[in-house]
Amino acid sequence: MLSYIIRRLLILPFILLGVTFLIFCLFSLLSPMERLATYINNPSVLKNPQAAQRLIQKYHLDDPSPAGYIYWVQSLLRLDFGWSPTANQPVWEAITQRLPATMELVLYSIIPVILVGIWLGVISAVHHNDLLDQAIRITAIIGWSLPTFIFGLLVLFVFYGILGWLPPGRLSTWAQFAVYAGGNFKHYTHFITLDALLNKRLDIFWDALTHLIAPIITLSYISWAYLLRITRSSMLETLRKDYIRTARAKGVEEKKVIHLHAQKNALIPVVTVAGMMVVQMLGGVVITETVFTYPGLGYWAATSAQQLDYGSVVGFALLFAFMMVIGNLIVDVSYALIDPRVHLE
Amino acid sequence: MNRIIKKLLNNTASLIGLFLLLVFVLIAIFAPYIAPPMFSDPYQIQRMTWDIEPQPPGFPMSEDMRFIFESLGKPITRDRAIFGTAQGGYDIFYGLIWGTRTAFRVGIITVAFSMLIGIIGGSIAAYFGGWLDDLLMRITDIFLSIPFLVAAMVLTTILGRGLNKVMIALIAFGWMEYARVIRGSILSTKEEIYVMAAKALGVKDYRIIILHLLPNTIFPVLVQASMNIGSMVVTAAALSFLGVGAPLGYADWGQMVSFARNWIIGAPGKAGEYWYAVFFPGIFIVLFVLSWNLVGDTLRDILDPRLRGEL
Repeated sequence: MLSYIIRRLLILPFILLGVTFLIFCLFSLLSPMERLATYINNPSVLKNPQAAQRLIQKYHLDDPSPAGYIYWVQSLLRLDFGWSPTANQPVWEAITQRLPATMELVLYSIIPVILVGIWLGVISAVHHNDLLDQAIRITAIIGWSLPTFIFGLLVLFVFYGILGWLPPGRLSTWAQFAVYAGGNFKHYTHFITLDALLNKRLDIFWDALTHLIAPIITLSYISWAYLLRITRSSMLETLRKDYIRTARAKGVEEKKVIHLHAQKNALIPVVTVAGMMVVQMLGGVVITETVFTYPGLGYWAATSAQQLDYGSVVGFALLFAFMMVIGNLIVDVSYALIDPRVHLE
Repeated sequence: MNRIIKKLLNNTASLIGLFLLLVFVLIAIFAPYIAPPMFSDPYQIQRMTWDIEPQPPGFPMSEDMRFIFESLGKPITRDRAIFGTAQGGYDIFYGLIWGTRTAFRVGIITVAFSMLIGIIGGSIAAYFGGWLDDLLMRITDIFLSIPFLVAAMVLTTILGRGLNKVMIALIAFGWMEYARVIRGSILSTKEEIYVMAAKALGVKDYRIIILHLLPNTIFPVLVQASMNIGSMVVTAAALSFLGVGAPLGYADWGQMVSFARNWIIGAPGKAGEYWYAVFFPGIFIVLFVLSWNLVGDTLRDILDPRLRGEL
């Protein structure tokens, strides 16, 4: 077990190196001048060819790739990701400022994925081929075919446009004022919902929550629709195993058979998929935040991409790739912890 | 093969999927008759008015637009926007009909090329094994380490706007799954006796791969491919929605949805006023993806013997 974890940890730096190299290759498709533009906050420098040439040399932007890559990684290690004209601040600052909003969204989205996906999947399998099962399955297939951006717009249309319940953004104006300009609102975690509770401001908590629900639904529904299918087929397979028949033959209550005997074993493969789905949700962040103008990393990245702000887009890709690599590592290790058969491979 | 076709036709879900696909194919083929283009470039969505605000279904072409066509001496073959107009006066109906062609083009080209890359990489890795296998699979891992949509967005941003750039980006980050699937099935096939026999007879490696291994291992990849066409089209549409995909005014479903984005909420007091701007493009995208998913789902069930007769 320990050797498996150590082995995974030893590979980690190589994967990270590979990912940075891949992103560097993408970045190198730009001309040195365009890459230079990502490092400076004063565009007028670019108009002066000599000054620009000096800067290109200073940042080693015209070096052949291997050397250029090393200099680039060094600048990344110094947290020098360049300047973001879109955010009007250094890229690293822009990232750290927006990260809590995105993390708040992603972490809360895990809850419905696991609860709803697994719960409905088990129900669907237990009521195999019933009307209930059919209804759940059809909902899942339709959900699976609904692209995030259309689903998000639908949610916005119904719950904000028509009902006026779940507004876009992260906070209402009055709450923004109280949180950022009020002075006596303390930021402990930078998760507004948690901070509001810690500050004993239930009104702000409620406001933040109503802004979060719609993006959470949008971000998580594809994942839970998928998880539901996996849970269902895994559950169906387990329910046909001999030990389940034995338990039933011995007269164990049906509820106990399902929840104690079947569910435990059926959920082992589901755990990996659940972890993978959570990691996969990172990709949906860009669209979800754009639809709801939720001021996190994804919204910023999409705006940067539209404005050809290469530095920000590359910085964002680096961060998300890192998050995905770490996320996958956590999933694999926790799977190995749950299922002792894994580390034999 | 016959068994598969029979299964596809016997299953209600896949039958609905096939029927929807057929409708889309017909729309794509007969686009010039369903929505005759009035410009030289048919993929440029026709504008019915200069108005920014979306106009409701049945909106007639505005006077000033009519005047332009008349002064150019071009016949006005369609003077009503059946599905209304999107932001900027773009005719939704026209955009959707010609967008069907765009969808098929994007889906088929990206899937075909990424499948080709995946098959070449995966079969080389599996057949030769050793360090080559390790290297190719580590490269695959690295490409998989960036969320697909994020990677595609970054590459499209760097390459610049345009549908071709979008397709390049989707291919560059879409081949890994095929490589893994084909590698897995070749690994289990390459120890078979007929392959050994071919090797012993001195058949060249590439001939063994192409003539003996691929025909026996390619089916799961084709299923994967059929399921991916829908998701590739969605990703391309998502990129257009984010504003890094097709150029402005190009007949593309994602762009039609992005036109609707600013209007979805409607004017105060008139919620849902512009429903058509998102409804029609949304329906087209959803049905397109759904049809591929239904067909692909059935194919997958047929392939997976554990689930036979189960789903």
